[in-house]
Amino acid sequence: MTTIFSARKIITMNPSNPEATHVAVRDGRILGAGSLQELEGWGQYTLDETFKDKVIMPGLVEGHSHAMEGTLWKYTYVGFFDRMDPHGKVWDGAGDIEAVITRLEEANGKIDDPDAPLPAWSLDPIYFNNERVSREQLDRVSTTRPIGIMHASGHILNVNSKALELAGLLKSGINNPGVPLGKDGLPTGELKGPDVMTPVGIHVGFDRDMLACDEEGLIDFAKLCVRSGVTTATDLAARLPEEAVNMMLEVTARKTFPARIVPLRYHHGVTPDELIKHATSLKKQSTDRLRLGKIKVVVDGSIQGFSARIRWPGYYNGAPNGLWYISPEHLRHIINASLEKDLHIHTHTNGDEATELVLDCMEEGLLKHPSRDHRFTLQHCQLADSAQFRRMAKLGMCINLFANHHFYWGDEHYNLTVGPERAKRMNACATAIESGVPMAIHSDAPITPLGPLFTAWCAINRLTASGRTQGEEEKIDIDEALYAITLGAAYTLKLDGEIGSIESGKRADFAILESDPEDTDPTKLKDIKVWGTVQDGRIFSAADL
Amino acid sequence: MPEQNKMPVTIIGGYLGSGKTTLVNHLLRNADGKRLAIMVNEFGELPIDADLIEAQDDDIISLSGGCVCCSYGNDLIMAMMDMAKMDPRPDHIVLEASGVALPGAIANSLSLLNDYSLDGIVVLTDVETIRERAGDKYMSDTVLRQLEDADIVLMNKADLVSDNISGDVSSWLAEKSPGAQIIKTERSVVHPTLMLQDFERQPVSGLGMKHHDAGQFNTELVVPDGPVDACQMANDLIENTPGLVRAKGFVKSINGTMQTIQIVGKRAEITPAPEGAEVGVITISVGG
Ligand SMILES: [Zn+2]
Repeated sequence: MTTIFSARKIITMNPSNPEATHVAVRDGRILGAGSLQELEGWGQYTLDETFKDKVIMPGLVEGHSHAMEGTLWKYTYVGFFDRMDPHGKVWDGAGDIEAVITRLEEANGKIDDPDAPLPAWSLDPIYFNNERVSREQLDRVSTTRPIGIMHASGHILNVNSKALELAGLLKSGINNPGVPLGKDGLPTGELKGPDVMTPVGIHVGFDRDMLACDEEGLIDFAKLCVRSGVTTATDLAARLPEEAVNMMLEVTARKTFPARIVPLRYHHGVTPDELIKHATSLKKQSTDRLRLGKIKVVVDGSIQGFSARIRWPGYYNGAPNGLWYISPEHLRHIINASLEKDLHIHTHTNGDEATELVLDCMEEGLLKHPSRDHRFTLQHCQLADSAQFRRMAKLGMCINLFANHHFYWGDEHYNLTVGPERAKRMNACATAIESGVPMAIHSDAPITPLGPLFTAWCAINRLTASGRTQGEEEKIDIDEALYAITLGAAYTLKLDGEIGSIESGKRADFAILESDPEDTDPTKLKDIKVWGTVQDGRIFSAADL
Repeated sequence: MPEQNKMPVTIIGGYLGSGKTTLVNHLLRNADGKRLAIMVNEFGELPIDADLIEAQDDDIISLSGGCVCCSYGNDLIMAMMDMAKMDPRPDHIVLEASGVALPGAIANSLSLLNDYSLDGIVVLTDVETIRERAGDKYMSDTVLRQLEDADIVLMNKADLVSDNISGDVSSWLAEKSPGAQIIKTERSVVHPTLMLQDFERQPVSGLGMKHHDAGQFNTELVVPDGPVDACQMANDLIENTPGLVRAKGFVKSINGTMQTIQIVGKRAEITPAPEGAEVGVITISVGG
């Protein structure tokens, strides 16, 4: 059974056949792209003209996201920017604290049980001139119901008095840098850092394992994929216990499930040897739509949370250096064992010192276990300098830069965390390409919204939220950006032989766009409308989800 | 929760290979009826000697004498909150921090959980490698911050180096761990009395026994003549008791209320005393 899709234009990303008008699909795979006449030779076919006015691109690949983006939409969205939920509703951004309160009051009115918690997410006070949300402001919404708002960064939680009371923290005498106190000596309701958030978080409805994604969350995540043109997305840090794997295997195998998910096993909480063993056994359970067996190692924290490990001269505001989340010995062990056993690692580093450690360990590991095509990928790696990019190239590493971060927190980095010069080199896409490091760019959803076209826009324009261009020299062009969100990302997942371009033999994964990104003003790229996707030859219209 | 009902937590920190696991096993072997709960970052090559293990579940190992060992994985605070619901409750929690963790930060986090009180931060060091670690390109500040956080520093493998070197390292440690008492040990062997505040079974006077491996420690009962300023008395004890590792007891304060004094290393804590407390502070010190 062959279907030939017609389109206004097909951008194939296949260098030997860059553009086409038709693509022929059989059994979920691409027979070929070309003119109708060229494709007719494959034999009997049905012509599907659903996309005749649309532009088809390879299905977009999100190389760093978390499926919990789907789960978070169970909670009330109070972010500063407009954001689309899995059902296609666009939530208006909350422009000031009053708007946040109003949004919470609406949500409050919809819950009958007066004791039930009210969790909300994606607050970001940097857009309110850093005015903090106080316990008293949230008490205006309710004094009987615990309320908590997770910040967009995921590192801070604001709660009301009831929540503090339930956690036994509505008291004076608390002496903890993560718990600021008000003039009355009681906590203001702001809780900084995971260890401080946890004891209160459970009372405001944030589940035990925030990274875990349930069945409904996974389905909602896949809907967001369709709405943003994504056909393959990573779930970058999961513990992947057996129940979760079984659930994911079952859900992704459904005929109606529209995306390919690549979950990576998170290193924390098990020994290096257990990690290797688990990843090895997961690898064997892989299916077409659930690609298992890769490893994620988190080396340091975040720059805006001052927990990233950065090299001299350190943080611009003089904050002490951040935290290691793994010892060099364990990192070395995991890298060596993975090279030896052909397991694929992605490392999270934000600060350049953490990146340096990974490069050192790789250099050592590769001497012992030479590997021609390991494609170990540095995730975020936001602060790398050009010398580090040159080392990455020599070591055969890939990079996935956090282009969106630059837009949301670029001003913060310029003013506070790393200062002007280093802020300009953050997420240095142009340097990566020039150095010959295979590159992808990402959203880290739910930290920022899933949407590779927006991510491409960020990398092309390098605008910050305040409208400044930050790092003119690190801008990339539209072709490079489109490559990064398709084949570039596929390459970092070792999937570039299967997806990332519209090419004979590959999976029939397409992003269906309302207009042509190659013929769009690059400053408008983020506004291109996504009709939906085709995944493994199956059509998913965003409007019908 | 009244102070005396809180579960005491001893945090054991120190870089990889400094002997934390050996210390944990040593404490378990010498628990002497005390029900310890050991919290470890992960079960690896088992952190517990095989003969102590009675049964193993996913995240819990049952140990002889009613002790348990739990792995806290990626969420220490959640695991501690679960532990608080454990029935019967452990007498004392020993928390083995990961090699890169900052024990002071863990103590800060635990202070927000009402079921626990900090008993002390013990940081282990390997005499042979600590100076090198402290100069490491990547780990230097982490190692130094661990030392800064310590109430007690164990100078492990002290028997393997010359007196000269041991003396050098000891004075270097004294500078880097200004709040700590430093104890020389061999293979992490140290008397549990020095490690875990044992309030129910206070060491009786005369317990000042010579413990072969742990070296010598002395106990003394200090009974002030009349009401005292508890803070002042704690500071005096810290300054004037050579080799003071711990102290705990009760004094009558100037305003007539009874107060608990608890000292670990050079850190003192004053809290209201439980009912029926009798005046007297027991000090435990080494060397001298
Ligand atoms: Zn992430």
